[in-house]
Amino acid sequence: MKGNVWKFGDDIDTDIIIPGRYLVMRDPKDLAKHVMEGLDPEFHQKVNEGDFIVGGSNFGCGSSREHAPLALQGAGISAVIAESFARIFYRNSINVGIPLLEAPGISQHLETGDEIEVDMEKGVIHKLETGEEFTFKKLPEFMLEILNKGGLIPYVREQME
Amino acid sequence: MSMTMAEKILAKAAGKKEAEAGEIVMANIDVAMTHDLTGPLSVESFEKIGTENVWDPEKIVVVFDHQVPADSLDAANNHLIMRDFVKKQKITNFYDVREGVCHQVLPEKGHIVPGQVVVGTDSHTCTHGALGAFSTGIGSTDMAMVFSTGQLWFKVPETIRFEVEGTLAPQVYAKDVVLNIIGQTGADGATYKACEFAGETVQDMSISDRMVMCNMAIEMGGKTGLVEPDQKALEYLKARTDKPYQIMKTDLDAASLETRHIDVSELEPQIACPHNVDNVKPVSDVQGIEIDQIFLGSCTNGRISDLRDAAKILKGKEVAEGVRMLVIPASREVYTKALDEGLMSTFVDAGALVCNPCCGPCLGGHVGLLGPGEVSLSTSNRNFRGRQGSPDAEVYLSSAAVAAASALTGKITDPRGY
Repeated sequence: MKGNVWKFGDDIDTDIIIPGRYLVMRDPKDLAKHVMEGLDPEFHQKVNEGDFIVGGSNFGCGSSREHAPLALQGAGISAVIAESFARIFYRNSINVGIPLLEAPGISQHLETGDEIEVDMEKGVIHKLETGEEFTFKKLPEFMLEILNKGGLIPYVREQME
Repeated sequence: MSMTMAEKILAKAAGKKEAEAGEIVMANIDVAMTHDLTGPLSVESFEKIGTENVWDPEKIVVVFDHQVPADSLDAANNHLIMRDFVKKQKITNFYDVREGVCHQVLPEKGHIVPGQVVVGTDSHTCTHGALGAFSTGIGSTDMAMVFSTGQLWFKVPETIRFEVEGTLAPQVYAKDVVLNIIGQTGADGATYKACEFAGETVQDMSISDRMVMCNMAIEMGGKTGLVEPDQKALEYLKARTDKPYQIMKTDLDAASLETRHIDVSELEPQIACPHNVDNVKPVSDVQGIEIDQIFLGSCTNGRISDLRDAAKILKGKEVAEGVRMLVIPASREVYTKALDEGLMSTFVDAGALVCNPCCGPCLGGHVGLLGPGEVSLSTSNRNFRGRQGSPDAEVYLSSAAVAAASALTGKITDPRGY
């Protein structure tokens, strides 16, 4: 996975990721038009397919709305990298097929606009301009399998067959 | 093995003798709740899995509360999706637009008993720990799995037990206690953990007050709130259900237990300031801040005791000019009681708007939205940026008493003078 970084701070909550008034929608592409709107109304126009979000601690705190990871997915975000994640958002993201990479200290090393490459198998983030490498906590095998299948539902469907 | 309440409940739900914090267990679900806003996504995911029938229609509860009555065509369509699902799956525990907020309706209608595992597609599902159930919020895909199989995997949490001691001063309430705890713990201080509330102050609290405490466990990252069921809990249940239950209590020598002591005898009313719930200050530090809208309601503080506390302060007086006050009872039962007790006349005479039981401005997508630059004081549970409308609005959180006193002055006001 290769793309550019969009950096946000600590405690990025689900109302920032997708405000309550848009939860009547379910299509990730519709939700994506409002993703991160509270902090940056033009974010959805600037973000490109394959880009990464980098956050501080407690990323995704708040609501159980699965619309939050779906909105990020609709915007083309390939993974969220943060110091730490809130619990429900973590489960929801893996379930819909977005990798969440926990990398303590990462927000000191990456800035908006940095180009990075992520190696899921090795658990390494490469900062392409400087050649620096940062590690993240590798995901457990069963979560990687869920992600490889594109989320929990395709994973379960395959198991049922 | 000594275990916490959370470990005991999850062990039982997984058909095991013991469970230990950190372990992954597959638990049988006793109650699965969804609502009009996150329900359609759950149904969509359930249909993608392809299971024809839900595992047990008796264990599913559907409540319409976020956008009731429907305020847009999209909301109306979502309601139709859920009504069709309920009909097709023969779900009888269905509360359409008339009943109220899910976290009030579930215990009121007798769905919650001690020892259960309860999941809901709403993060404030942790409220039901007030009756000794392990109760937590999940997403729509997880709910679809529950609909299909009746099971869900959990990482057994460690427990922080907050031992609260001391008598609360007049006009200081459970909301002030829990805001104080969140301020000390931080927005992620209890992530993945069960938050147990104990001690003499919690024992003295009503079931409604315990719901306030448990409701806000998620605001410090908690997986569930919990209070050990006592005689008060059993009396609450007696009037509402004859479901069998099992009372489980924490062994104080359990390895995964951390106990924190809090003395609330000197506590003053607390306010959570924008834009984080852990940004908590005593009312004396923030009094005088001008308010455009007051919201009295929600699954945190929309119960009859909250309406009584507020009405006492508002009786015979008038909401300050230029201030909008919204009163939204948490359920039909609360609404009816408030009507019988004359509380609603007090609110309407004071110039407040009374709305039908629903989530109201707390959702930020239905009624009572804030415009740019506006300030709200709300008895709900979240003050995130944009939570009640414009990202340029500000939300303060407080008890019902602070909300009522502030409605009279138009500024954040200490209720202890009222």
